[in-house]
Parts: sequence; C-alpha cells; structure tokens
Amino acid sequence: MSTHVAVAVPASRAGFLRRRRRSYRLLTVPALLVVAAVIVFPWLFTVYMSAFDWKIGEAARFVGLGNYVGLATNQRFLEAIVRTFYFTLLAVVFPLVLGLVAALIFHRQFRGRGVLRAIFTMPMMATPVAVALVWTMMFHPQQGVLNYLLTLVGLPPSLWVYSPTWVIPSLVIVEVWHWTPLVMLIVLGGLAALPTEPYESARLDGATEWQLFRYITLPLILPFLVVAAVIRTIDAVKAFDTIYVISQGGPGTASETINLYLYLQAFAFYNVGNASAVVVVFFAIIVALALLLLHVRERTRWVA
Amino acid sequence: MSDRTQSESPDVLRRRLLGAGAGVAAMGLLPGALAPTARAQGTFDWKRFKGEKIEVFLVKSPRGDLLSRYHKEFEDLTGIEVGSEMIPEQQQRQKAVIEFNSGNPSFDVIALSYHVQKRQFARNNWLTDLRPYISDAAMAAPDLDFADFAKGGLNYAVEPDGRVMSLPLNLDPWVVYYNKELFAGKGVAYPRTFAEMIDAAAKLNDPGKGISGFVGRGLKNANVPVWTSFLLGYGGSFIDAKGKLLTDTPEAIEAAKMYQTLLAKSGPPGVAGFNWNESQTLFLQGKAAMWLDGIGFAQPLEDPAKSRIVGKVGYGVMPAGPKQQVSALFGDGEGISGTSKKKGPAWYYLQWASNKTNQTRMLQAAAGAPVRNSAYAAAQQSSDFKAPKEWVDCMLKSAAIAQPGLPVISPVTEFRDVFGVALANMINGADAATELRRATAEFQPVLDKSEKA
Repeated sequence: MSTHVAVAVPASRAGFLRRRRRSYRLLTVPALLVVAAVIVFPWLFTVYMSAFDWKIGEAARFVGLGNYVGLATNQRFLEAIVRTFYFTLLAVVFPLVLGLVAALIFHRQFRGRGVLRAIFTMPMMATPVAVALVWTMMFHPQQGVLNYLLTLVGLPPSLWVYSPTWVIPSLVIVEVWHWTPLVMLIVLGGLAALPTEPYESARLDGATEWQLFRYITLPLILPFLVVAAVIRTIDAVKAFDTIYVISQGGPGTASETINLYLYLQAFAFYNVGNASAVVVVFFAIIVALALLLLHVRERTRWVA
Repeated sequence: MSDRTQSESPDVLRRRLLGAGAGVAAMGLLPGALAPTARAQGTFDWKRFKGEKIEVFLVKSPRGDLLSRYHKEFEDLTGIEVGSEMIPEQQQRQKAVIEFNSGNPSFDVIALSYHVQKRQFARNNWLTDLRPYISDAAMAAPDLDFADFAKGGLNYAVEPDGRVMSLPLNLDPWVVYYNKELFAGKGVAYPRTFAEMIDAAAKLNDPGKGISGFVGRGLKNANVPVWTSFLLGYGGSFIDAKGKLLTDTPEAIEAAKMYQTLLAKSGPPGVAGFNWNESQTLFLQGKAAMWLDGIGFAQPLEDPAKSRIVGKVGYGVMPAGPKQQVSALFGDGEGISGTSKKKGPAWYYLQWASNKTNQTRMLQAAAGAPVRNSAYAAAQQSSDFKAPKEWVDCMLKSAAIAQPGLPVISPVTEFRDVFGVALANMINGADAATELRRATAEFQPVLDKSEKA
C-alpha cells in the first residue's frame, strides 16, 4: 500500500518517510486488536471480577478489595504459595545440575553416543498426563515397582506421594525425570558453541580438568544455564497436570500449590470472584519472578 | 406389576404425590396404580410426538453407554428423534452449570447425580415439575409403575414441597465387601455392629503379611462418604432445621474417631492417598479383609482376569451403629430442563429410560443398581446374569435402610473438600475433634452464603 502511494504521489524524501511510517503504524492495528482481545481484555476483566463476591449461578456482589483481604488471611492459600516456591526451587535446581552433568558427559566423544543421547531425551517427548499415570502406579506403596526396588537393595519401603512429608519431593522426581533432558539439550548447544582456543592455552599452562571446567566452561555456558533456568522456572511455577493426576494436591493439602488451589476455587467451587483474585496475585508473583530472572540474565551475558 | 388395580384415578396419584411432600417416605408405599387407568381410557399413545426431536445430555458411564446403545429402540417406539451428548461426569457437571446459567440450555433431558446436584438444581429451579405429566392419563405410560421404585430413589427425586423434579434411575448404597477366606482363616464372623467391625478389622490386620484389616478412601473429597457412613449409624446428621451444621457434634466426632481408627490402625500404609481404585486394587489382590464403598464393584471382583478372590467375596450390609443401621446412599436420575420447548417428548424419553426393560438391562450389564425393585427378579431369571445372589440380597437389604450419604446442599463439592482435608489429616495423626471443629467453622459461612444468596 505504501509503495503504491509513494509511486503515485512523488514528494520530498522526508515527507515520503513520514507517510510511510504512518502507514506502517496502520499495519500493526490487526495485531494490536488481537492482543487487546485475547490478552488485555481478559486480563482487565479478571481484575474486574476479582472485586466481586461471585459464585456462578448466584448474584455478584461488589466487595472491592475484600477477596484480597480474605486471601491475605487465608492460611490454605498462604501455605499454597509457600509450597509453590518449595516445589519450584527443587524442580529447577535438580534438573539444572543433572542436566549440566549429562550435557558434559554427552559432549565427549564415545561409542554409541548418538543412540544414548536419543534415549536420554525420550522422557521429554512423553505426554505429561501419561507420564503422571505411569508414575502413580510406580509410587503405589503396596504394588508399586519403586518400593520393590528399594526392598531389593535392602532399604525400607517409602510412602512416596502417599506421605504428606514426601509428596512434594516425590513429585519433583517426576519433574526431574521428565525435564532434565531439556536442560541437557540447551547446555549441549552451548557447549558446542564454545571456542577451543582458551582450552588449548589453559592446557599449555598446565590447568587441571576441574580448573578447565570451573574457570572456562562454567562461565562460558552460564548464559545458557540461565536460559534453561528461566524456562524451567516458568514450567515449574505453572505445573498442574502432573500434580493433579498423581496426588490431587493431597494427602490432605500437602501438595496443593497455587494452581491446584486456583483450580478448586474456579472449577470445583465456581467461586469466580475469589479465583480471579488468586489469578491476579499469582500473576504479580510471576511478573516479579520474571523480572528477577531477566535481571540475572542481563548480568550473565557474554561481554564480547 | 401384577398388583396393579384398575380403580385409581390420576387424581389419586396426584394427591398421594402431594402428600409425599409432607412425608417423602410415603412415596415408597404408593401402590402401582395409575398405569391401567391410562390404558383403560386408551389415550396414551407412544407415537403422540412422532417426528419431533429432543436432545439428551448424559454422563459418560456404563449406564450412559447402555441407554445410548438402545436409543434406536426409543426412536422406533415413539418416532421421536434423539440427539445425545455424553461427556465425563466432572465436565458434565461444569457444563450443566454454564448451560443453565445461559438461560437457554442446549438439551431437553439431563442426567443428574442427586448427591451432588440435587440442591443446586432445585435452588435454581432448573428442572420441570413432572407431577402434571404423571397425573395426566394421556401422558403417563401404562407401565410407569411408581410402586416399583425403591424408596431411596423417590426420596431423591421428590423435593420437600412435593414437587417431582426427575425420575431416579440408579442407586448406589454403600456396602462392605469382605474377604471370606481371610475371615475364616482368623475365625472371625462378619460384624453386625460398629464395635464388632473395629474389632474384626484389628484382628484381621496383619502388616507382616501385607494384609490390611480394612481399606477405604482416604483421599480428600473422595473420603467423606466413608465418614458419613459411620456418622449416620451413630445417629448424627448433617444440618439442623435452621441450617446450622451438625458436623462437630459428639456423634460426628465419634464417627470421625471410628474412621481414624479403621484407616490409621487397620488400614494399609499410605491410605490417606487412596481413592476407590487403589482400595479396589488392594482388595482384588486379597490384601484387605474389608472394603467399604459403593455397591457397583461386583463385576471386577468376580472377574477371574482381574481378581484373585473370585468366589471368596462376601457382600455385607453396613453393620449397625449404636443408634441405627444405615447404608449411605448415592444415586442418579434424569430430569427435564425447565426451559425446554419439547417437554412432552422429553417426558416420554424419561419414561422409556426408566422402564423395566432398561432397568433390567442395567443390572444384567452390571452397569449399576436399578431403582426398580422388579428389575432384580427379572434379571436373575436371565441365564447370562452373573452377579452372585448374595450381591442382589445385599443390594435389596441396603436399599431398604438407605439414607442420603451427603447433605442435600448446593456447595457439596466444597463440603467434601473441607471435610475431606480434615479426615485426611486425621489419618496422619491429627485430633478428630479439633479437625472437625475447624472444618465446621470453615464451612458454615460457605453454607450460609449458599442458602442466602
């Protein structure tokens, strides 16, 4: 459209650019409309709904910040926040460490590397709900294979997800099994991009393998690890399917994270007003977390 | 059906139904009366709504599957075309709420679970009162025989003010499955009282051999009916006439302590995370002496491909509590949307779905426990009926002493969640009285709000 105008009306170069910029701006309108309709409007509407005491099927009553005040003193919700952080921390740290180790191993040349690497990345391709169902069976305290394996090596059986204390660590095991390969792939990509010169000169200076890793490899792949951490954190904070299928937030409320609490409020109790308030609080937490991670990412960037 | 008299007019039924409002239990005493009148007048015609089309909204379950399979039969009988939608229970309940709230639901007939949806549907007036159809000789089919419906089912279908909002189809009283071999091995008799039940569970519990004296649901929400089964036997109930919760009374606390004792002391490790399927697995393996749950599990228990205890399963009626002997009851039925424009054809569908043939089929397919008493005798005559006679006896005895296993309130799911958490905490050592008081205090405002709004 703009070129058409430009050809039809010859003008000074500055005027042409101004007109072109204006017509380009017009082109962003469809995208803006879509964003407004599918992101901004629902978001604003959620904030609006959070100001009401509203259960589907009943009349809505304006309560202002009442829902937020209720949440601030709601022990179950506060515990859910703590649990979400606990779960997220474990579900980020372990895949990062194990994924890094796996990447370092698979970065070396050895026979069968391709096949083994393919096998190692397989869990990532499985559907979360199917994975959760399989693990549920393995966790079963009487019939599960995990307790059978424990007794084979002479250890006492565990209650796994059936124990209030162990349910979150057990759920993290599933996350680690499922998502360590993703971290490995990201770090492996980083390793492949590393220059070889620093290693050669360090070897000439007599550096040990550990020193090579600590002072060359680790600083160089740190940006990749941060990317992996960002992706893992986002995934872990929003984890729902695995937890819902395996423990439904139980025993009692021992594995009830914000997502599970939110699901109950919105889709089991139909407390739309309260659920909206939970969403807004959850959103604030995620934004804060994202800003923190972006900050860390900027700090770890390669300074070329 | 042979006891039908030719004399009663539709008005008699109407009056009886109105009377039932005062004492709902009276429904069970209704003689099977009205149908022949209709025939005598000769005005009832299955083909009356020929050419119309209705939409039915069912729950994906063996019962929903069975009805859908025979929709052709209904279409041939009436000339009414049936469009049906069938989705899983949780989603069906959510969709029902949303559709009814839209004011113009897409279905004419809807399946509902009484223990969850009865109060919600009634409060919002979502269904059609069926009394005008029942008392209209031109509309009530000749074999709509109310005396044949079990009392528990009619209790569920009739509102306190006498309106009949649905027809019941399936009843699910809770029973005790027990492993006869384990009982015989320890010389223990099937318990007749709660005290004997606790005692038997303790005697049969043998952790060294991996055998639990008792198994049942510990998972929050799912576990509430186990506790209410005991609560009813202790003479407790859920709410008083003023809407105050009775869930922290001495009876409720005693029932909770019994729950705690059975599951924590005689139950398997990790039972706080067990739903019915984990409980069933354990019982199927011969690793549990008693299992308290709904009556619908005879089929897997007697299936040699799944069960190690075929032929060794006892089907026991719930033992008597200190105050009364009660089997906690759950059930479902079908109603007509209040805004439906096809109420006549929809009513025909309801009558067909609950007729004796379909009820017998349900039992033969082990898809549920029919509301019609006659279905039991009919099914047993059939050669391919596999359920043991003991199961049928247990069903009939349990249905006779059944009471709703959950309070008839709107926020049932929240009730189950709040009290479910309390019960799960008890299994893990929390004090029963403290937990119940906390749960009662937490739920009372929710209940108050649901009845005020």
